[in-house]
Amino acid sequence: MAQAIARTTWWRSRRLRGLLFQGALIAGITLAVVGLVEHVLAEGGASGFGFLNNTAGFDIVQHLIPYSEQSTYGRVLLVGLLNTVLVAVLGIFFATILGFIIGIGQLSSNWLIARLCVAYVEVLRNLPLLLQIFFWYFAVLRTLPGPRNSLNPFDAVFINNRGVYLPRPEAAPEFIWVVAAFALGLLGTIWLRLQARDRRERTGEHSDIGLATFALLVLPALVASAITSFPLTFSVPVLDGFNFVGGVVVIPELVALVTALSAYTATYIAEAVRAGIAGVPSGQREAALALGLSRGQMLRLVVIPQAMRQIVPPLTSQYLNLTKNSSLAVAIAYPDLVSIFAGTTLNQSGHEIEVIAITMGVYLTLSLLTSGVMNLYNARIALTER
Amino acid sequence: MRIRVAALAVLAALVAQPAFAGTSPTLDKIKKNGYLRCGVSEGLPGFSNPDAKGNWTGLDVDFCKALAAAIFNDQQKVRYTPASAKVRFTALQSGEYDVLSRNTTWTMSRDVQLGLEFAGVIYYDGQGFMVPKKMNVKSAKQLNGANVCTQTGTTTELNLADYFRSNNLKYTVIAFEKDEEVVAAYDAGRCDALTTDQSGLYAERLQLKNPADHIILPEIISKEPLGPAVNQNDPQWADIVRWTLFALVNAEELGVTSKNVDQMLSSPNPEIRRLLGVEGAFGQSMGLTNDWAVRVIKQVGNYGEIFERNVGQGSPLKIQRGQNALWTKGGLQYAPPVR
Amino acid sequence: MAPTARQTTRPPVERIGPIEWLRENLFSTPFNAALSVIAMAIIYILVVPTFRWAFIDAVWAGDSRDACLAVNTGACWPFIENRIGQILYGFYDEAERWRANLTLFLLAAGILWLTMPGMRGKPLVAVLLLTVFPLIAYVLLTGGFGLEIVPTYRWGGLLLTLVIAVTGIVLSLPLGILLALGRRSDLPAVRIASVLFIEFWRGVPLVTVLFMASYMLPLFLPQGMSADKLLRALIAVALFNSAYMAEVVRGGLQAMPKGQTEAATALGLGYWQTHALIILPQALRLAIPNIVSTFIGIFKDTTLVSIIGFFDLLGMIQAGTSDAHWSTPSTAFTGYLFAGAIFWIFCFSMSRYSRHMERVLSAGERR
Repeated sequence: MAQAIARTTWWRSRRLRGLLFQGALIAGITLAVVGLVEHVLAEGGASGFGFLNNTAGFDIVQHLIPYSEQSTYGRVLLVGLLNTVLVAVLGIFFATILGFIIGIGQLSSNWLIARLCVAYVEVLRNLPLLLQIFFWYFAVLRTLPGPRNSLNPFDAVFINNRGVYLPRPEAAPEFIWVVAAFALGLLGTIWLRLQARDRRERTGEHSDIGLATFALLVLPALVASAITSFPLTFSVPVLDGFNFVGGVVVIPELVALVTALSAYTATYIAEAVRAGIAGVPSGQREAALALGLSRGQMLRLVVIPQAMRQIVPPLTSQYLNLTKNSSLAVAIAYPDLVSIFAGTTLNQSGHEIEVIAITMGVYLTLSLLTSGVMNLYNARIALTER
Repeated sequence: MRIRVAALAVLAALVAQPAFAGTSPTLDKIKKNGYLRCGVSEGLPGFSNPDAKGNWTGLDVDFCKALAAAIFNDQQKVRYTPASAKVRFTALQSGEYDVLSRNTTWTMSRDVQLGLEFAGVIYYDGQGFMVPKKMNVKSAKQLNGANVCTQTGTTTELNLADYFRSNNLKYTVIAFEKDEEVVAAYDAGRCDALTTDQSGLYAERLQLKNPADHIILPEIISKEPLGPAVNQNDPQWADIVRWTLFALVNAEELGVTSKNVDQMLSSPNPEIRRLLGVEGAFGQSMGLTNDWAVRVIKQVGNYGEIFERNVGQGSPLKIQRGQNALWTKGGLQYAPPVR
Repeated sequence: MAPTARQTTRPPVERIGPIEWLRENLFSTPFNAALSVIAMAIIYILVVPTFRWAFIDAVWAGDSRDACLAVNTGACWPFIENRIGQILYGFYDEAERWRANLTLFLLAAGILWLTMPGMRGKPLVAVLLLTVFPLIAYVLLTGGFGLEIVPTYRWGGLLLTLVIAVTGIVLSLPLGILLALGRRSDLPAVRIASVLFIEFWRGVPLVTVLFMASYMLPLFLPQGMSADKLLRALIAVALFNSAYMAEVVRGGLQAMPKGQTEAATALGLGYWQTHALIILPQALRLAIPNIVSTFIGIFKDTTLVSIIGFFDLLGMIQAGTSDAHWSTPSTAFTGYLFAGAIFWIFCFSMSRYSRHMERVLSAGERR
């Protein structure tokens, strides 16, 4: 007995068993991968990425870069990727704003607002996203009029069931001067702010720079525009035949998708915000109020900055979720990556394995990028901790 | 599950000794399974459409039934797998079904590059447009600047691009994943026109809120020979599918119908006798029995009966025979002889 | 700010009249009052018309769309009534639907047993639910043993939604636990494999996974071997969610004090004994709220199978709305409202349960 404890027999050795187990695992995975690859090659399923240079032959309703039927499948990939990124960025933007409002609202001292925000979260979070996308899409299509009876809320803005038509800015070459002037003004405001902060830290006095900031941002650009005789013109949408031409159109699919994605994701962000704020010790709040800060100042200067440390990690995963959920675009014909690449291209070209591999690779890269950026931000705000 | 299916199959194989062991792996598998697996569309009235009870009907469905009748003498022994336009070929290649009978256009790239084998043409179609009447459009050439709804992953999408480009017309395409979504979006006013194969347009018009408010434009902008497809790797199975289709057409040409097929068995006409297996051993050479065509015609009818029942005058679609009339009546339907 | 003076003069108990309550909670400051007015306006604009549309102006009886077109202002409930069989069971043979009902009843009974406080034998029921129930459900639903065979392609509606959700849940939990343990393993190969597996599934959207499972998986299988279409979707859902489950379980594991492992090791328990008897029971209990949240996610995500051609609850409703016999301006929204209500009831009860467990658990912590 004593010997057994002193020297475990070889098959009972933890290290050896660990090694054996790992060896078996690696061998198993390798075998599976090799088998798959061989099988796929034998089936002639994969034949390389050369097809990306073939002509696509179909049109795409929304493309942020020039695209036509004669473009290649590679170009389709790029168009789809940009459309996905567009939805993700817009969705993240609106979801964040809405999420923070609702999250803070849930903790409002106003009973009605608090209940309303809680109800919003409880209702939308417990409904499938796909259902919400269908709902918004058909709500948008059914309630808006046809092109000939377009709503015209502002001059040169038309809303109908083909989309929202906005004037498109078209810059003459001289516009560069206006941009330069604006940049100068921006530099000026930054300098002004730094000065004001310096002063506050030295003397404790608060300097009101709101008006000066506004002037610096607007005036130089305005003056430059006047000198160069207003180089920024607008192409205004005009009803011609069936539809509006000119201007820029926001298609209903995009509107519905962004609405649904941000309304849905906002509920999760709101919960993260609520939990983050609730996690800030109440002493901090009391101290801020005791110092004479208003409730708004207390939130903005004391509570939110501390809550952010708790909010950022769940916020990151919500941004990732939103990006991945944007793939539901395929259900309502928004031309995102999955819809036109993993969908149309896969079918027209017949290269399933390559197409799916590229698509998954792109999403993995997007995920890594987003979490990388958010980790950087997280590291930055975590550093301010003492 | 697989174990049980396998056990059942073994049992079935023991009980029902097939008369002839075919050399087609697909046919062997079908016999082993006890049913034919048929890829159909997700719902296109007249071609393949589930009714409220989940029973499939339509031209494409009847072709599957004809195959089942030829193999099992039971047109019900079919499993229908609804496949979207986008995934139909992958699913066929991967063996999810034995035959794809889903208003699929026979094109060179599909035939040559995708490893498919088209058995023939069951319906000569062409792409057309449907527009609301109130648009006052009489020709597709007037569609400049229009929004056009279509289904993604189809030849339609490509033809549309070709047509508008060659006619110097501008357009916006909105391509949906599913047929029903195309119709719903068009009905909701998302598009000025809906494009698909003309037969499909007649079917889809019936799904609109007010079918009478929409017209189908006269232009046909493409050749769309629709037909059943199988995998290239099993030539004998392709033969069975091909000659079942030809048998339907030949039967109509020879005047053999589901009603008179039994009398026709004693017909002196040698062509009829060969078709119905009274003379020759054509069925056996395919791995079936010689009277395969009798079973097909008795249970499903000839091509003309199938056409009229599903898309022609006996159906809500009321499509004229047109190009799909027999070659003897000015159409394109022509089947090689059984000889 | 102002009421401080009053607070000292009056005892708080008297201030709970409704008017006082309103003033305190809704109109304490002008800003607050403005917020209250806005909130009331939102409620009025959203709730009143929705309620009118869904109930007061709705059509309740009829056998075709004409009944709904005649009034044409509110929801079209006959559409739901007409299709309720399909919405609940898909194309499951009508004569055999009792089998689906029985399965769901068994499931509901088991879950009730587990969630109701004070019931005895919970561990036994849980084990039965995870081991015996799936077998019974499989036989009941697919057939065999004298029951007529109902092929999976006839399943649909709420039944299919529940089948996918429950299978996803039942399979993803054990897989997730294994992955979570793998990720915390001392063996580098196991750890790396687990991390790669988890991060891969978490990095890609479910739609692409379903595409892959549904149309590419067969290409990977040996020629002649084919897996049921539903089975493939189920595997995809389970693998995908096991990665999320793994992270939730890992959270629970991380919350366990190290002393627990050390004490178990000191008692002479091996790795598996330590985890099975000491660590996991506690860690899983801690993770229950998050596990339930993942369940809710799985349940909602089942709707995505409609994209790859299944007629689940949402898919069935979508298909129904494009039926010409029922095409009215309100058909689609009636369908969405109905589907939404079903999904919401399921998800909301799960989330309530998770909140409840959170409270119970934190109460235990405080003790």
